[in-house]
Amino acid sequence: MSKTSFNELRLVGVSRTFDESVALSNLSLTIANGEFIALLGPSGCGKSTALNCIAGLLSQTSGSIFLDGKRIDSLPPERRGFGMVFQNYALFPHLTVRNNIAFGLKIRRTKKAEVRKRVDAALALVRLQPHADKFPAQLSGGQQQRVAIARAVVLEPQVVLMDEPLSNLDAKLRNEMRGEIRKLHKTLGLTSIYVTHDQEEAMSLADRVVVMHDGVVQQVGTPEDVYLQPANAFVADFMGYRNLLQMTLKKSSTKAGAITSEKIKLSSSNLAAKTTNGAVTVAIRPDDFTVKATRGNQIRTIISSVEYQGKDFGVEATCEDGTQLFIRTEEKLKIGQKVTFGVKPERVLVFPQKKSPSHVG
Amino acid sequence: MSAKTQSREFSSTRRFWLKEHGIDSTLLLIVPALLAMLVFFVYPTVYGTILSFHPANKAGFLENYKTFFGDPYMRKSIFNTFRIALPVSLVNVCLAVPVAVKMRHRVKGQRAINTILIIPISLGTVLIAEGLYAYLSPNGWFNRTLMAAHIIHAPLQMLHNFWGVMISLIISGFPFAFLLTLSYISGINPKMEEAASILGAGPIQRFRFVTLPLLAPGLAITFCLNFVLAFSVFPSANLLGNPSGDSHVLAVAATDVISQSYDYSMASAISLITAVCEITVVVLVFAIRSRFYTGSTTGGKG
Ligand SMILES: Nc1ncnc2c1ncn2[C@@H]1O[C@H](COP(=O)(O)OP(=O)(O)OP(=O)(O)O)[C@@H](O)[C@H]1O
Ligand SMILES: [Mg+2]
Repeated sequence: MSKTSFNELRLVGVSRTFDESVALSNLSLTIANGEFIALLGPSGCGKSTALNCIAGLLSQTSGSIFLDGKRIDSLPPERRGFGMVFQNYALFPHLTVRNNIAFGLKIRRTKKAEVRKRVDAALALVRLQPHADKFPAQLSGGQQQRVAIARAVVLEPQVVLMDEPLSNLDAKLRNEMRGEIRKLHKTLGLTSIYVTHDQEEAMSLADRVVVMHDGVVQQVGTPEDVYLQPANAFVADFMGYRNLLQMTLKKSSTKAGAITSEKIKLSSSNLAAKTTNGAVTVAIRPDDFTVKATRGNQIRTIISSVEYQGKDFGVEATCEDGTQLFIRTEEKLKIGQKVTFGVKPERVLVFPQKKSPSHVG
Repeated sequence: MSAKTQSREFSSTRRFWLKEHGIDSTLLLIVPALLAMLVFFVYPTVYGTILSFHPANKAGFLENYKTFFGDPYMRKSIFNTFRIALPVSLVNVCLAVPVAVKMRHRVKGQRAINTILIIPISLGTVLIAEGLYAYLSPNGWFNRTLMAAHIIHAPLQMLHNFWGVMISLIISGFPFAFLLTLSYISGINPKMEEAASILGAGPIQRFRFVTLPLLAPGLAITFCLNFVLAFSVFPSANLLGNPSGDSHVLAVAATDVISQSYDYSMASAISLITAVCEITVVVLVFAIRSRFYTGSTTGGKG
């Protein structure tokens, strides 16, 4: 199964239920050749389910998958020609690192010299040459994960599926491997679908991010889109908008309006579609606050805690009505200090009130 | 540094050493089994061994063994036993693997199938032998069905020869082989096969390169247990076989000496020969087994 190029991988309404409970609902997505897609969402949201359906390890309850014009959703995994890095590695315990990596090549009856060459290259790629003759049980978790990555990419598959491949690595190695994966994706011209629950990882790697919750896609967009313009309160929450306030909206135009609660008055020029007057959810990112009133937006607070976080401070502030705000600032504030914070109207995101998030968006 | 801290350090390193070598209070758990072994296994074995070197006719201490190996009829019982036990264990293991592979996944009517497969264990060899005696006899169901279907024209001779013994041992040994194999197979992480299929391996390659190697050590043990069971075959050889001909196995030879001449010393010698044969096969199989991967079959530390 040598690398044949294709134009797009198209998922149409792919759904999966496990006895009544819906693990994945109506996933539709068109992935272009060479794209890097991240499936992002909290634990149990159906990311692995989605990946397993694409891989063919799990049959979908409904929907279809096309590789260009060809429908592939009834093909067994071995005939789809995809690569996969499993969440728990799934290395073959009875084979050495070298033979684990060579497994797919041997199945394809690749010539011995060629196998050796490609396995050596893959070993070098994940920096495991010194461990080539060890068995998986003799490796650390991180090393096993690297074997799993090497085993998948050594075949240069047309699509690589990765299920949280970096979740067991320490911060430094994770950053390094993240760079390696991105580089690999580029140099080998791979199409990658990458599952993670780490928004930072998703944004640093992906061309497009698919945010999921309870089996339902909440938003598909570039990392900037998802970060700056979350589609709903759930995505905002997940993308680090730690301040989610329940307030009341009075619109002045389709995109702007005044929002109020007992003691807070703000203006926003960033209303999500379908937001109507009345109860709304307001989302503000901690680092969008300024330590002074900004264009009429001001919130009077008393600082209740300050945490040093390296390049800046994580501050908790209590508003006059008791609401807690989370703020990141480079300014050094003191506990008990009275501070007025501001925020630009375009960085005050307003969503229809958060109900069950799977029905929003 | 005071003497006290020094001694504490010493005792903690010693405790560490003991623990590293598996010596701690959990060792007490094996005491009951150890006692039972001593009373019911070690003592009779030692006693039997000594007895076998004290022939009834007060001849030299190797007299029993000389008699056994000097008598072609007796000597052949070793060959007869192997000729039954080896193929039976092999067939049982080979039959158990595909069934266990299939039954590992959820199958419709799994309970019913499991029950049918396992019933022979609870029946016991004598009952099976008697049932087969009626079933395989020249006018039993087996031959009548084959004749009615015009597959054969004269009844097949299935009794009082090799085949009757073989079939009865397969029926009584298969459930053991199946249950053991099933438990070994269930211990293999299904992700292994998934990973192999992603890497392009079809069902046969997955079995050949992933499941079988991980299963092999378990199969070796299954084979040994079946072999040992079949090697001490007695009721089926007596009832279904030809105990004075090619079913003259070691167990029959031993009981013959006792029932004909009350020669417990000779019987002990035959038992000892039986044991040596069994141990040889078991050791051989384990030697082969040690060349396979024998570690965890769950894969990964995740
Ligand atoms: N084999 C199964 N049988 C029943 N329910 C299942 C099965 N596999 C998954 N589920 C359910 O489907 C939902 C989605 O599971 P999935 O493994 O896709 O989550 P995930 O997003 O990968 O989570 P994580 O980040 O923890 O790996 C979960 O609620 C889970 O309980
Ligand atoms: Mg998962």
